[in-house]
Amino acid sequence: MFAAAGDSMLSHGMKQTGNISLHHLQGILLAVLNPWVAVGIVLLLAFFAAYMNALSWADLTYVLPATSLGYVLLALVAKFALHEEVSPLRWVGIALISGGVGFVAGGPALTAHEHDQDSPPPLLPAKDAARNGAPTEEVVSSGVPR
Amino acid sequence: MKSAYTWGGILVIVFASVVGDILLARAMKQVGDVHALWRRAGLWTVVARIFGNSNFFLGVAAMAIAFFSLLFALSWGDVSLVAPAAASLTFIGNAFAAKIFLHEKVDRRRWIAAMLVAAGVALLAG
Repeated sequence: MFAAAGDSMLSHGMKQTGNISLHHLQGILLAVLNPWVAVGIVLLLAFFAAYMNALSWADLTYVLPATSLGYVLLALVAKFALHEEVSPLRWVGIALISGGVGFVAGGPALTAHEHDQDSPPPLLPAKDAARNGAPTEEVVSSGVPR
Repeated sequence: MKSAYTWGGILVIVFASVVGDILLARAMKQVGDVHALWRRAGLWTVVARIFGNSNFFLGVAAMAIAFFSLLFALSWGDVSLVAPAAASLTFIGNAFAAKIFLHEKVDRRRWIAAMLVAAGVALLAG
């Protein structure tokens, strides 16, 4: 449930950063005092808040690939909203990123955090398993061949 | 000589953004689940706890250094080299750093994901 909420927030923020980096280039090259920059800063803050929120419940190595979907969204926005040409090489890049995100998202990734930070190690496996539920553990063992 | 400057810049960007990401991730782990905390104690508690965390400010400072070194590096080298190189190396660096400093369980699945995303970002940004 949190995952869904966070992910939608994240993708929302991502779409916004997508816009920003477009305007950002213009902003830096042309003029700093342009209304897009103000909008961009607000959107960037929104993205940052969503990113922080995601980091509060998920691993960094889970959140980072997910945020990279922003690049994909940016390319899609460029293609369909701005009618830019997207080269085959970039479609390959999009496919690679999507594949990578799928890899992480399909995994248990979400709540494997906080294992040896605060609590004593011996208790942890049982505690973690209890918190995550057995199915997650099964996904790990069956999903990755050893 | 110019390419040495460019790659030096890229390394500084990668280092600063990895440090920033690690510090921010650690700060947010110390703060705890924002959603749950918000529900339990209200928005202001969340804000106070985030802004009371020194790792958060160090992380933001590192991110700022990364951003300005990106600007410098862009003035020395081509966008088509600097942007993809810095972005994809940051992904790889973060996977290592998260494993070492945050003790995250970076399993094979996550390594593959980091590699795929790094390659994809390199292609897209280039």
